[in-house]
Amino acid sequence: MRHGRFPLIVSFLLPPLVLYGVFVLSPYLQAFQISTTDWLGYSAQADPVGLANFRTLLHDGYVWNALTNNAILLAVVPVLTIVLGLFFATMLTMGGRKGRAGVTGVRGSAVYRLVYFFPQVLSVVIIALLWKEIYHPTTGLLNGALRSVGLPTPAWLGDPRFAFWCVLAVMVWSNVGFYVVLFGAAMQAIPRDIYEAVLLDGASRAVMLRRITIPLLWDTVQVAWIYLAIAALDGFILVQLMTNGGPNFSSDVIGMRMYDTAFGSETKFGYASAIGVVMFFLTLSVAVLALRAARRERIEYS
Amino acid sequence: MTTVDSGAPPVRATAPERTTDRPPRRELGVANAFSHGFLLLWAAMTLLPLAWLFLSSLKDNGEILADPWGLPGRLRLDNWARAWTTAHIGRYFLNSAVVVAGSLTLTMLLGATAAYVFARYDFRGRQVLYYLFVGGMMFPVFLALVPLFFVVRNAGLFGTWTGLILVYTAYSLPFTVFFLTAFFRTLPTAVAEAALIDGCGHFRLFFRVMLPMARPGLISVGIFNFLSHWNQFLLPQVLMQGDESKWMLAQGLNALAVNQGYAGDYAQLFAGLAIAVLPVLVVYVAFQRQIQAGLTAGQLK
Repeated sequence: MRHGRFPLIVSFLLPPLVLYGVFVLSPYLQAFQISTTDWLGYSAQADPVGLANFRTLLHDGYVWNALTNNAILLAVVPVLTIVLGLFFATMLTMGGRKGRAGVTGVRGSAVYRLVYFFPQVLSVVIIALLWKEIYHPTTGLLNGALRSVGLPTPAWLGDPRFAFWCVLAVMVWSNVGFYVVLFGAAMQAIPRDIYEAVLLDGASRAVMLRRITIPLLWDTVQVAWIYLAIAALDGFILVQLMTNGGPNFSSDVIGMRMYDTAFGSETKFGYASAIGVVMFFLTLSVAVLALRAARRERIEYS
Repeated sequence: MTTVDSGAPPVRATAPERTTDRPPRRELGVANAFSHGFLLLWAAMTLLPLAWLFLSSLKDNGEILADPWGLPGRLRLDNWARAWTTAHIGRYFLNSAVVVAGSLTLTMLLGATAAYVFARYDFRGRQVLYYLFVGGMMFPVFLALVPLFFVVRNAGLFGTWTGLILVYTAYSLPFTVFFLTAFFRTLPTAVAEAALIDGCGHFRLFFRVMLPMARPGLISVGIFNFLSHWNQFLLPQVLMQGDESKWMLAQGLNALAVNQGYAGDYAQLFAGLAIAVLPVLVVYVAFQRQIQAGLTAGQLK
């Protein structure tokens, strides 16, 4: 039975390992090394400067500004998305009144699920370009509506007070549907008799949601939190395509900073890699913190 | 479920006596009207932008400028034709299709073979290799961007589809291997053992027995990878600069948006976006259940 194992293992494992090593592992390892040099792009000249890049970073106002925005995204996007996702998922899986014990979805829940999820399959580029047009000061959908009811029509993405929040709203808009379906799937897995028993005991739906559904869903909420936190630390494509970090850096994010430093006006590859290293550790610590903070006793019901 | 029928009347019968039952019920009615309102509002917020996109793609520039909420006077399909040919959206579309077909095939093949070995064979260093592989899921792609640019260029693959295919594949492998390893582990060992005893070789076992059994898992992760490759923007933007004729759809759309800023041809931009949305919409409506299941299954594991 052991005959022929070795050729299989080697031929099955070697190609993916080589590909992964060359295009994923080696760039990551190189990035750490480049972050300690003063490499200015296409020349071969790159001198080691130790941690100088990181020291510059500490005093770089643009980086701090971008990080502040990332921190706001990190605080707002997951909370909004998860709350909306939980609310809609609850309505769609157990908001209906027809079911005996209140455990069916509202009428038309399949249609809602179909509609809500759609932004998830659209490319981020399409979402960004579409919303850029919606926010357009003169031809946009939003100002068209405001104008028709006589309200002021701001220059949304062109206004430093609004630009960042406009991007944030799109981030939530495009994510909610996914979590509606994710939470919905997890709720479906909760045995119906638990609800029936609690309802017979006279619990209200709010109590049911707080005491039964959310605790049983906690694992899924935790996963959602990590994914959203990682997305909030990125946010690069939306920002780049919708506002390019502007106006006046008001919607800048750390990914945008790094991209601009490396491939934008200047090619400070060493410094850009240092920003990348910071992003790496931020992402890692957010994931670890989220796992720690969300850790609770796992509830088994099967 | 028939027992539920007999269980319901008692609840009703006791309701008039227990006054505490009444307030929650009325509260529920109000809450429901409120919640339904929210459900409808969110549905409108999702549908409206898309409906607007398609309507605008059929207007002319004058109509777009005059009234964002107005309906097109007549259907101007020439916008679509203009976007398809003049803005080369058709060509970018095909380019993306070619690259995604290549990268998806390669990802599934290499991901399945690696996952199968990790799940089913014991050898020295298996754990280390597995975690090395799967750890790639955690890294932000930004960190790799600068060196990746040079790795691809030094390999002579800069600005080529082959380069993109290999890079897409490499970056999809961690999740694919992670997901499929878990899946292969759930498959029954008895079948594999029986096949080996019957004289089936290890390679034959994989392609003839295990791979067909793993079909549901392959479909899930395949859908996930298809969407992530099709929607890729960052990697082509860095690795496919220059030669416009080889661009991916996302790059083409972005260029169209930038040009529209100068030319003021809104209709063409909307048509270009509509062309990009339409096939995704059709595929999504046709396979929505599989797509939703496939995309969410990955996060639940």
